[in-house]
Amino acid sequence: MKNLFEFIVEKAIFLSGAASIIFVVLIFIFLLKEGLALFGEVNFFAFLFGQNWYPISDPPQFGILPLIMGSVFVTFGAIVIAVPLGLAAAIYISEVAPHSIRGFLKSGIELLAAIPSIVLGFIGIIFLAPLLKNIFHLGSGLTALAGSIMLAFMALPTIVSIIEDAIVSVPRSYKEGALALGATHWQAIYRVTIPAAASGILAAVMLGIGRVVGETMAVLMITGNAAIMPTSLLQPVRTLTATVAAEMGEAVSGSSHYYSLFAIGIVLFIISFIINIFADIFLHRSKAMKRRKK
Amino acid sequence: MRENTKVIEKLAFAILGLATLIIIAPVGIILFIVLWHGLPGLSFEFIFSMPREGMRAGGIFPAIVGTLVLTVGTAAFSIPVGILAAIYLNEYAGRNWLTRLFEISIINLAGIPSIVYGLFGLGLFVTFFGFGASILAGSLTLSIMTLPVIITATREALSAVPMAFREVSFSLGASRWQTVSRVVLPNAIPGILTGTILGLSRAAGETAPILFTVAAFYLPRLPQSPFDQAMALPYHIYVLSTQVPNVSLRTQYSTVLVLVLMVFILNIAAAYIRAKFRRRKTW
Repeated sequence: MKNLFEFIVEKAIFLSGAASIIFVVLIFIFLLKEGLALFGEVNFFAFLFGQNWYPISDPPQFGILPLIMGSVFVTFGAIVIAVPLGLAAAIYISEVAPHSIRGFLKSGIELLAAIPSIVLGFIGIIFLAPLLKNIFHLGSGLTALAGSIMLAFMALPTIVSIIEDAIVSVPRSYKEGALALGATHWQAIYRVTIPAAASGILAAVMLGIGRVVGETMAVLMITGNAAIMPTSLLQPVRTLTATVAAEMGEAVSGSSHYYSLFAIGIVLFIISFIINIFADIFLHRSKAMKRRKK
Repeated sequence: MRENTKVIEKLAFAILGLATLIIIAPVGIILFIVLWHGLPGLSFEFIFSMPREGMRAGGIFPAIVGTLVLTVGTAAFSIPVGILAAIYLNEYAGRNWLTRLFEISIINLAGIPSIVYGLFGLGLFVTFFGFGASILAGSLTLSIMTLPVIITATREALSAVPMAFREVSFSLGASRWQTVSRVVLPNAIPGILTGTILGLSRAAGETAPILFTVAAFYLPRLPQSPFDQAMALPYHIYVLSTQVPNVSLRTQYSTVLVLVLMVFILNIAAAYIRAKFRRRKTW
């Protein structure tokens, strides 16, 4: 009886262990199932490289290049802001900050991670957009730049904590060696510790990009939602994610518009898959160093 | 020369400190703004009454209840599966390609954009299983999104339990499951709780996965069954700030404040459990 119970429990344990891969596969299958239906009537290249997204015109046009470029612009801006800031903060928190405020700073970063993205979107509409409008004398502050700034803040907790981990796992002896040779603390940090933590930093950048590309609500609220080819960060844009969120409510189930939004889902899935595989490779290298340390 | 490098170091550290401040200060400012503008509108009536006049007046009770119900629904599915999955990976699985495959899929699950979970929920639960836009479909969608957080946190808590505990248990003739359930799990519970609560607090604040799987634009009554649609706080904030014209800023701020408070209460609970556990830890 007891053995039967254990047998069942252990089967349940294995099944749960396999759940993650089952779900990844299921997600991909369902995206394909609904998304591939689009390509019966729309050419695959016209979808990926078409410059016009007019899904409800007659005839409709399903070119997602402006949406891809929207995501690229917002992501580029966010990463340019978030990576230097995140790297600096991670160095400060792990190497420079006095012990007494280290915990406080870490809680601050955790608090930032806890704020729901919808709240940041709301604050973006009310404070950031008017601010940008005044600074750059724009018609509206709802631009790619507004999205980049807010997304930078959303990606920062991830970036900071992963870089911090990477810095902490650099063997102590590396830094001590540099200090013994007469380097200042700062010289040891940027000539020895940072290069040694490079793979962790790359992983942080990849995961930051993943976080930014996938963000939906804040982007939907503050980037202005214009599905046109962007030429500058000061223009309104429409990202891949925001398009799905904004249009699925109105798309008729089974229409090509509906299928096209799932097809965008496939694109997003593949992007996040590639980013995560790369991040994982870098993280593994970083962990290998940690093991050497022991 | 030496003098010079010292000056550079001071300057570098000052810049690093400034960067940290640029990240942390907005957190404080945002919280202050939300409290300052949100508190005046927060009343017993606002929290416990139905919205009226197209959501421009009255309260946000159904949205609060909706978010609570969704969070509980998410917990009901993601906690058991997440903990069992972590037990498998940490206590049962060998170091082989299968384990590596499971690990890679957890990482990928964690990185999938939240709106893609929304699409998946729409395709599988709403349409294929025929649950319709419902609390059940929304909870299941949020559960799958939360799963990697719970698995990762639980795994960390399990691997923090010293190997010697397991060895003693095995040497006394206990089976693997007996060891896991009576020795490893009890010692890992605080860590599991912390990670689980953090995962659920993220689910509570998510909007994109519930857009097409459960969220109701305006539904001034409480849900009656798992197959009902429900309002939810994050979606309600989206609706108030972008979809409905002329909602007073005070109402918007107060709604934001309620969501922030709910999420923060969960986070503080998690931090409290973690801190308490650290002090008690004897190994």
